Amino acid sequence: MGVNRREFLKIAGAASLFGLGGKTAIEILAPGKVEASMEALPLTGGERWAMVVDMHKMDDALMDKCIEACHREHNVPDLGNPKEEVKWLWKEDYHHSFPGQHHQYIGDHFKHTNFLLMCNHCTNPPCCRVCPTQATFQRKDGIVMMDMHRCIGCRFCMAACPFGARSFNWGDPYRVTRVEELKKLNPGFPTNREYPTRSKGVVEKCTFCTERLAKGLLPACVEVANKVEEGAMIFGDLADPESEVRQVLKETYTIRRKPELGTEPNLFFIV
Amino acid sequence: MLETALKGKQGYWSWLIFLLVMMGIGLGCYLYQFNEGLRITGMSRDVSWGFYIAQFTYLVGVAASGVMVVLPYYLHDYKAFGRITVLGEFMAIAAVTMCILFIFVDLGNPVRIMNVIMFPSPTSILFWDMIVLNVYLLLNVFVGWNVLSAERKGIPYQKWVKVLAYISIPWAFSIHTVTAFLYAGLPGRHFWMTAIMAARFLSSAFCSGPALLILICLIVRRVSKFDPGKEQIRTLGGIVAYAMIINVFFYLLEIFTAFYSQIPGHMVHFEFLFVGVDGYGKLAPWMWTATGFAVLSLILLIIPSTRRNEETLAVACVSVIVATWIDKGLGLVIGGFTPNPFERVTPYWPTTPEILITLGVWATGFFILTVLYKIAVSVKEEVAA
Repeated sequence: MGVNRREFLKIAGAASLFGLGGKTAIEILAPGKVEASMEALPLTGGERWAMVVDMHKMDDALMDKCIEACHREHNVPDLGNPKEEVKWLWKEDYHHSFPGQHHQYIGDHFKHTNFLLMCNHCTNPPCCRVCPTQATFQRKDGIVMMDMHRCIGCRFCMAACPFGARSFNWGDPYRVTRVEELKKLNPGFPTNREYPTRSKGVVEKCTFCTERLAKGLLPACVEVANKVEEGAMIFGDLADPESEVRQVLKETYTIRRKPELGTEPNLFFIV
Repeated sequence: MLETALKGKQGYWSWLIFLLVMMGIGLGCYLYQFNEGLRITGMSRDVSWGFYIAQFTYLVGVAASGVMVVLPYYLHDYKAFGRITVLGEFMAIAAVTMCILFIFVDLGNPVRIMNVIMFPSPTSILFWDMIVLNVYLLLNVFVGWNVLSAERKGIPYQKWVKVLAYISIPWAFSIHTVTAFLYAGLPGRHFWMTAIMAARFLSSAFCSGPALLILICLIVRRVSKFDPGKEQIRTLGGIVAYAMIINVFFYLLEIFTAFYSQIPGHMVHFEFLFVGVDGYGKLAPWMWTATGFAVLSLILLIIPSTRRNEETLAVACVSVIVATWIDKGLGLVIGGFTPNPFERVTPYWPTTPEILITLGVWATGFFILTVLYKIAVSVKEEVAA
């Protein structure tokens, strides 16, 4: 990358000292250079990001690794209480992941198989529709993003999400650094000091690792999963007919959660 | 006119002091919640709205029901209600204030509340709810206050007041319709996903609000020289009767659709409310209590002699309030969130601080109501004398 964040902020700060706007800072850096350096990376130019999870290549141990990588990347605290749980990436058994699909003769093997769940980054997201402050919004690349610093904590998005993908900070997430019993559950919290901090009273969720995509890196879970089992998680651009996700969706039978609701989830499972 | 609120008997002052104490306790608990976050409530990531939003929903109904005295007077020239329109309007002011406070105490980040105005989002029903509620509050403040001060001076109120009164009529319907839309448009929440949600909200509003108004009128008659009138109370009784019949009818329509279609996602919420699901049925006794009170109220309201007798009418009104409060103030929100999108049951029950904050908000509403009614009644007594 031509400019890293620190350099950008330095120049932007200096520019504003002289009464120049942020755009001027970019002009100083050489016109068009920032945009050009961003577009050069394949992961910053997507139009509809999607994820395919190959359940044949997944097992509980691998899912746990993905979850750990995600939660370390985004400083997701373990609050030791399911009612307050903050979940970006989590395991849920088949029965509860696909409640309408269940029948009484299904074998225990299928019934208790865990699926790896996260925000579906729906093409038609009800959460964004209901947000009264646009704190949750859809990016041009399809990612349903969350501005934890604008959110007023009304939790309308949590009522609107049919997938239970949103979590609320019922208390201060940083109390895991103060309360003795929570300290043990969260060694080294916050694990990633680069990631924006948040306060109590805001909603958060999976963002498909926008901060990593901006650097040209795959989402943390995908990176970890593919290190262990190549092709366990495939991330790509649905708008690009040549992309791997498009090929996989064309060739393989996949399922989505609650497609009948019309939110168009972009998380697919090969089963 | 405000000075009339400063002169009162001992009972008036003791009641206000009692309310102030309740408000103080509520405020103390709110400060605790403000520091600790909403984790001090019983809410969870599965039941993410609870008691506060349920009270808000109930009180929007009470606020909207002010129109049940305003509409007959202004649109049908039903003169008898001229005596009590201001009581309907002042009840609406107190109820909307409570609604706004309940939304406020439910926010995770109340200091950012202005974001709703700074980043207006027309696709959000909450944005529209903020607009309709605040405008409705202002309409009732202007109309109620001006009509009352004109009455005190013995002059007819100005024309623009009448224009605002006309506007306030459809506006009352709008506040409860928009509030129903908060729920009725959410994919994946089958319990709320019903086209008659707004109609149900309005019918339950138009029985519970006037029922409260009847009770208040009976109290006003007892504690002051102003009599809201026998005919007025009788007509309100008729309104409560019709609205409660329609309300129960609408509820039965929901039950039919769910249970004749046999779609599990539609039935399960009713099963959760009335018998319990996965061994959790804490709401069942409440819902059956509501059913009992609903039946009792219908009997007392439909039989003409009990409806016209003010004592049995009072019992009917209390029954209507209990039944509709349990339905909307407990069943609607908790039942809608349970089971959750994974078809799991996460129990919810309000915690002590949550209940105390709720009581604090109710006390604030009743404080406003008492002061406004004191003013209205004093003016009426003054004019009569």
